[in-house]
Amino acid sequence: MSIDLSQFHQVFFEESFEGLDIMESSLLALDLSEVDAETINTIFRAAHSIKGGAGTFGFMQVSSFTHVVETLLDEIRGGDRDIEQDHVDLFLLCVDCLRGLMTDLQAGSEPDMAQADDLKSKFEAILAGETIATEGNVEGAIEGTVEGTIESSASSLESKQGSDESALQGWKVEFIPCEDVLCTGNEPYRMFRELQDLAEAEGGGVEVIPHLERLPEFSKMHPEMCYLSWTILVRAGIELSDIEEIFEWVVDECDIRYQKLADSDLSTVESHQAPETIEDVNEVASTATPVAEEAIAEEAVVEEVVVEEAVSTEEISGEQKIDQVTEKLDQAVAEKAKNAPPKAAKASSKAAENTSIRVSIDKIDGLINMVGELVITQSMLGQLGQEFDVSRVQRLQEGLSQLEQNTRELQESVMKIRMLPISFAFSRFPRLVRDLSKQLDKEVDLVMLGENTELDKTVMEKIGDPLVHLVRNSLDHGLESVEERTDKGKSRAGTITLNAYHHGGNIVIEVKDDGAGLNKDRIRSKAIEKGLIGEDEVLTDAQIHDLIFQAGFSTADVVSDVSGRGVGMDVVRRNIAELNGTIDVSSTPGEGSLFSIRLPLTLAILDGQLVKVGEEVYIFPLVSIVESIQLEKSMLNNITGNQFVMQLRNDYIPIVCLQDVFNIDLEKKDLEGAMLVVVEGDNEKIGIVVDELLGQQQVVIKSLEKNYQKVDSISGATILGDGTVALIVDISGLNNKPVDKNTDDQTQAA
Amino acid sequence: MTSAAQQKNNDTVSGVNSDDEQQYLTFIMAGEEYGVDILAVQEIRGWEATTVVPNAPDYIKGVINLRGTIVPIMDLRSRFNLERVEYSPVTVVIILKVETERGERVMGIVVDAVSDVHSISDSDTRNSPELIEDLNTEFIRSLVSVDDNMIILLDVQRLLTIDKQILNIAAEVAADKE
Amino acid sequence: MASILAVDDSASMRQMVTFTLKGAGYDVQEACDGSEALSIAKTKKFDLVLSDVNMPVMDGIELVGELRKLGDYKFVPVLMLTTESAGDKKMAGKKAGATGWIVKPFNPDQLLNTIKKVLG
Repeated sequence: MSIDLSQFHQVFFEESFEGLDIMESSLLALDLSEVDAETINTIFRAAHSIKGGAGTFGFMQVSSFTHVVETLLDEIRGGDRDIEQDHVDLFLLCVDCLRGLMTDLQAGSEPDMAQADDLKSKFEAILAGETIATEGNVEGAIEGTVEGTIESSASSLESKQGSDESALQGWKVEFIPCEDVLCTGNEPYRMFRELQDLAEAEGGGVEVIPHLERLPEFSKMHPEMCYLSWTILVRAGIELSDIEEIFEWVVDECDIRYQKLADSDLSTVESHQAPETIEDVNEVASTATPVAEEAIAEEAVVEEVVVEEAVSTEEISGEQKIDQVTEKLDQAVAEKAKNAPPKAAKASSKAAENTSIRVSIDKIDGLINMVGELVITQSMLGQLGQEFDVSRVQRLQEGLSQLEQNTRELQESVMKIRMLPISFAFSRFPRLVRDLSKQLDKEVDLVMLGENTELDKTVMEKIGDPLVHLVRNSLDHGLESVEERTDKGKSRAGTITLNAYHHGGNIVIEVKDDGAGLNKDRIRSKAIEKGLIGEDEVLTDAQIHDLIFQAGFSTADVVSDVSGRGVGMDVVRRNIAELNGTIDVSSTPGEGSLFSIRLPLTLAILDGQLVKVGEEVYIFPLVSIVESIQLEKSMLNNITGNQFVMQLRNDYIPIVCLQDVFNIDLEKKDLEGAMLVVVEGDNEKIGIVVDELLGQQQVVIKSLEKNYQKVDSISGATILGDGTVALIVDISGLNNKPVDKNTDDQTQAA
Repeated sequence: MTSAAQQKNNDTVSGVNSDDEQQYLTFIMAGEEYGVDILAVQEIRGWEATTVVPNAPDYIKGVINLRGTIVPIMDLRSRFNLERVEYSPVTVVIILKVETERGERVMGIVVDAVSDVHSISDSDTRNSPELIEDLNTEFIRSLVSVDDNMIILLDVQRLLTIDKQILNIAAEVAADKE
Repeated sequence: MASILAVDDSASMRQMVTFTLKGAGYDVQEACDGSEALSIAKTKKFDLVLSDVNMPVMDGIELVGELRKLGDYKFVPVLMLTTESAGDKKMAGKKAGATGWIVKPFNPDQLLNTIKKVLG
C-alpha cells in the first residue's frame, strides 16, 4: 500500500511556519546573561519538529539543513556548549533561510539552497571543534539506521565464520536475553516468528531450541522475568544483517551471537533434535531437561570447532561485513529517494496568504446554538405563515422581531470568528527593529501596546506591509543616531511605540517615535520642487505634513535601502484606503512623529443612518454621527464670505451642504430650519446639511469599485429594502477635501 | 419586440457557428444599427430608475441593483455624443460583461431598441475608415454589411473601460463649476 | 482490531501516522504530549503506544517510564519515534522501558511493517 503524503503537506507547512515564529521570538527573548533552559528547549523542539517532518514528507534538503541547526542546539541544551551572541545571530539567519525554503516548497518550486549551504558550512565549522564521535552524525538520519547494525556486527565479529562463498546455508543464532526483556514489552516469540517469515520467504525454515539452564528454583522464580535462552537455526539463504535487524531493539541488553551454518553443523545438531516448533517450549521446560542438557553439551563441542575455523578467517568476514553495511546504506539511500513522495503540485497561492484560521471551539459551539435558535424561529414563522389571518399580526411581529435578534446575534458571532488579536501583526516587529537598529547603528526600544485589540483577519494581513513601512521609516528617517540624541539631551535609545485600540466603530493603530519629527521646511521646498504646490501657497502645518503622502515624495537625500525610494508613503495611504481606512500624521520638530491609521472593524456591514437629499437617499455610518440638530441661522457665522461655521460647545464646525459636495442639481439650500447632521471623522467634526433624516438600519456594504470605480467621498453602496441602491458617504473622505470646496453660491448667505 | 428579437431572447448562447463566425446581438440607436459580441451579453432588461453617482461623467446615468451587485448604467447616446431622447417603455438596457485584469466587470448600456442576432464571420468585416479620429472611433471594432444594412460592430472592452478620460472629464466638470 | 496510541507534538506527523494506521485497520487515538497521552492511557488499554521523544510538558522518555508503572502497561509494546542518530536517546528510552524505536524520517510503509511485526 502506498499512501499519498502530499495531503499532509499543507499542515506541515503551517506548522513549520508557526514553529519558525516560535523559534524567532524565543531567540529574541533569550537573555544571554541568564539563559533560560526552557527557552532553549523550546527552540530545540521547534527545529527538531521541522527536521523530522521535513524528512518524513520528503523535503530532504530542508531536513539535512535543519539537522545541523538541531545538532548545535542539542549541544547547547545538553550543556555541552554555551550559547553565544554569534550563535543567536546565526540561528536567526537560519530562521529566515528556512522560511524562504518553506515558502518555495509550498509554492511547488525548487528551493534555492545557496544561503542554506552557506549557513550549513558555518554551523559545521562551529561543530567541528567537537569530539569526533559526533562528527559522523552531522550527515543525516539515513545513516542512523545502519549504525545500529554496525555496532551489533562488531560484537558478533568474533564468532563469525567467514568465507565469501555464495550459497549461504543459513545462520545459527544464540540468543540469551536479559532477564527483564519482557518488561520492555519485547517478546522473543515475535522475533522467532519474524525469523520464520524471513526464512520461509527464501524457501527455508527455522528451528528453535530452548535452553533452560538459567531457570532458578521455582520459589525463586519471578514470573515477569525471562530465564530462557534459545538457539535458533535459520535455514535459508538470507543476509546476516536481516537477522540482526530483527534483534535490533534488544541487542544492547541481550547476548546474541551468530554463526554461519555449515553442513556439519546441520547434521550435528539434527541428531540432537529438540522440539522444532515453538509451541512445545512449555513441554520441553517440564520434561526435557536432561535432553536439553545433552544438547547443550553437544553444542559446546560444535562451537569450539566452529570457533577455531572462524579465527583464521576473521579479517575477511570483517570486510565482508563492512561491504554488506555499505551496500545496505546505498540501498537505504536509494530507497529513500524512491520513497520521497512527489512534491505537492500546488497552484501558486502566496504562502503569505494563509487560507485557514484557528477558532476556539466555544465560538463554534456558540454559532451552532444560534443557528439552532434561528431554525426554531424560522419554523415558527413558517407555521404562522401557513395559517395566517389578521388577528395573528402581533404574533407575526413578535416572530419577526425574534428573527431580527437571532440574525443579529448570529452575525456578530460570525464576525468574531474572523477577528484575531493584532499581536499577530505586531509579532514581526521585535525582530525587524532589532535587525534594523543594528544595520543603522542606532539604539532603539520597541514598545507595543494594545496587542489584544482584535481586528478582522483579512484586514490584519493587509495592514502588515504598511506598518512595516512606517516603522522602517521612523527608524530610518525619524530617529536620530546616538550622538545626535545625546547632544540634544535626549536618551541614548530612541523609542518606537506601536499602539492599537478601538474607537467608535474603528480600530486605531498608531506608530509613534520620539525622533526628530517631520521637517516642515524640507517638505515644503521638496513639494515646490516637484511642482506639488505653488511657491506662494500658504499651508497649515497639517497640510504640509500631509504632503508626504503624495506620490513620488521623499526628502531622503540618499535613497536608503531601508525605506526611502520615495514610493512608500503614497502606497501606504493607498493600501489603507483600500481597506476603507485612513492615515494621518502629526509631528513636532525635535520631539517626534505620530502616524495614526484608522480602519473600520469590519469590511462588510455597517450601521447606517439614512438621509435624503433631493430625490436620492444617502447613508451616513452611524458611528460617525455625533448629533443631529435643526439649524437656525443665528447659530451660524459666515467666515470668508462663503464658508459657514457653527459653534458647538468648544468647537467651530464648518457647515457643508451635501448637495454641493455631490453636485446635485437642486435649489439653493436655505439654511434656516435645515437639518444638520454633525459627524466626526479623523477627529474632525463637520456639519452636513441634508433635506431629511430617514430611518436607521443595518446595511450590507457593496463595492462600487468592482464594476465602476472609486468615487470621492463615497465609501460604497448598499441595497435598501425596496431594492434601490443607496450610496454610503465616506465621512473621512469628506473631511479631507480642502475646506474651500464649498465655494458655491448655492448656499444662501445670511 | 420583433419575433427575431424574441428569438434572440430565448437563444442559448453558443457564440461561434463555424470557423470564424461569431454571433452578434445588434441594436438600434439613432437610426444606426450596432452590434456586440453575444458572449459579452449577460442579459437584457427594461429601463429602471438608477441611483445617481456624484461627480460621474454625463453618460453614466447612475447605478442599479442587479441581484445584489452594484452595476453602473451608461447611456450610449451620451457616450457617442448623440442627441438625447426620452426613455420610453421600449427603451432597453443591455447588461454587458467583460474580463479585465482586475476581474470581471459588469455594466449596462441604454439603447433605443434591440434588433436581432446575426452570425457574422470575421472575413466579412471591414475596418472603419480612419479619416475621423474622435472618441467614438475608439469603440468601433469593424463594420459589416448584412442584407444591405451596415452594422457597426463595437469593441465591448473599450466601451466599458472608464479610465483616465473619465477622470479628466470629471475634473473639467468640477473646474467648470467653480 | 488492535488499538494504538500515537503521541507527537507535531500535528502533521500525528495526521500522517493516524491516517496510515487507520488505513491499515487499526484503531488510533492521538495525544500531543506525554501528559495527555498518560491521561488517555489511564482510561483505556491500548495494544501499542507510539511516541515521539521531544515533546513539551512531558517528553517521550518520561512517558515510557510512567506507562511502565501502570499495571496494564507493563508489557505493552512502546515504540519511540526518534530522529536521534546518536545512541544515547535510544539508551535512555530503553532504560526507561521502551520496547524499541522507529527512526525518523520513516515512510508509511516502514511504519506499518514495524507495527505489524510487533502486533502481528
